[in-house]
Amino acid sequence: MRNARLLVPAIVLISLAVCWELAVLAMAVPKWILPAPSAIWQAFWATRALMGVHVGQTMLEVAIGIGVALMTGVAVAAILDYSPMLRRAVYPLLVISQTVPILALAPLLIIWFGFGIAPKVIVVTLFCFFPIAINTSDGLTSTEPEMIDLFRSMGATRPQIWLKVRLPAAAPYFFSGLKIAATYSVAGAVVGEWVGAKQGLGIFLLRSSAAFKTAQVFSTIVIISLLSILLFLTVFAIERGTMPWYFEERSGGH
Amino acid sequence: MTLLAVDFLSKSFGGSPRRGPHGQVDALVDLTFKVEAGEFLTIIGPSGCGKSTLLRLLAGLVQPDSGQIYLQGRPLPNASDRQGRFGYMPQRDTLLPWRTVLDNVILGVELAGGSRYAAREEARRLLPLFGLDGFENNWPSTLSGGMRQRAALLRTFLAGYDILLLDEPFGALDALTRRMLQQWLLGVRRRFSKTILFITHDVDEALLLGDRMLVFSPRPGRITADLKIDLPHPRDENTILEPDFLTLKRNALAHLKL
Repeated sequence: MRNARLLVPAIVLISLAVCWELAVLAMAVPKWILPAPSAIWQAFWATRALMGVHVGQTMLEVAIGIGVALMTGVAVAAILDYSPMLRRAVYPLLVISQTVPILALAPLLIIWFGFGIAPKVIVVTLFCFFPIAINTSDGLTSTEPEMIDLFRSMGATRPQIWLKVRLPAAAPYFFSGLKIAATYSVAGAVVGEWVGAKQGLGIFLLRSSAAFKTAQVFSTIVIISLLSILLFLTVFAIERGTMPWYFEERSGGH
Repeated sequence: MTLLAVDFLSKSFGGSPRRGPHGQVDALVDLTFKVEAGEFLTIIGPSGCGKSTLLRLLAGLVQPDSGQIYLQGRPLPNASDRQGRFGYMPQRDTLLPWRTVLDNVILGVELAGGSRYAAREEARRLLPLFGLDGFENNWPSTLSGGMRQRAALLRTFLAGYDILLLDEPFGALDALTRRMLQQWLLGVRRRFSKTILFITHDVDEALLLGDRMLVFSPRPGRITADLKIDLPHPRDENTILEPDFLTLKRNALAHLKL
């Protein structure tokens, strides 16, 4: 069953690629407008060493960015949970802050932080912080009051209630936030590099398109997508490992 | 011996010093009763009559407006005095979904700082009695409703309190499962020397399980009847058909004005 679930979309994907290949051949589309999948593969293979360097740079920015977003996001969620007044004051601002286009902030960050790795990391952090903070915050408020009542009736202390009820109850929310963050993060790094960088997939993309190496543009886009999928799957695997009960529940069990 | 005494306990909700008594709902008014050690007391009354509020007051989850609660003659005026002294079981089973059955049932001992290992050993010993043998490593979500309630009851039993406060433990179960669990509880109860306050809205259940029954009036809750249930033990599924039982039931229904 699991294989069949993957098999059908795989067949659709392969058929689409074959149609694309044939259409480009039949209509003799110039390579710089729309390269065939085979040409994209060739472009990737020819630049694989260089691509590796750029992937390394981008993933470094992603890793630091997600790390910073994780720490600040969870910390902000915990602070908002601790003080209801602060929550009322800050939560709406957090939501409103999401209407600011991060894309437009990137040039500003270059002005403030230069052309090093800092502005890219900040862009990734900006992309990732919000889903982590908001989801964790919602998760912390989602604890069933009856569970907290049970703990209080058993004479549980505040730290015990935190550790043994509220944090585990928030975990599924935290992970859905982290999955969104992981998916956005690579695109965030690419945007950051776009504005100015020496290395990274964003600048490689820009240079390729400026040189009308369209096949190389496509191969870079595919790599960016694959990296995003890889990050998503990594988070998903960690989620399954830390919350086996959650997935047992989904599959129905008994 | 009187184990628990409730003296002129009153509680209302909704009113505030700022808004005044307007919109205030009296949940309980001047509630007074005593419970003997080892007694199984069932409490019955219409929805919203404050039965659950009584248990929450005892468990230290809410503070009364007036009145006093005595345990073995000692008053417990503050909520914190009462927390950790009663085995409270909320209406919903509230098993922690991220813990296995075994780790759920030892929660009380764990929170009190006791040995988890010893608690697990004792839990394993009691699992068969609670019909959970072989399920100790299951997630709660994989259990049936009846098993979840038995697991929650085992958690309450294992926490080691003398007095159990059970808030409609079988209320959410289907009629057949409920019958089975009633018979099971009758059997289990004789093996433990626990004092039990058991809330229900089912007259048959209240009379079958209890040694004594309190009937509550509609809101605000007051005790309208305090009935001794002197049916012989052991009781079983045929008890509810006997003439003595039916006489008691007629009396109880009259007090409930149903």
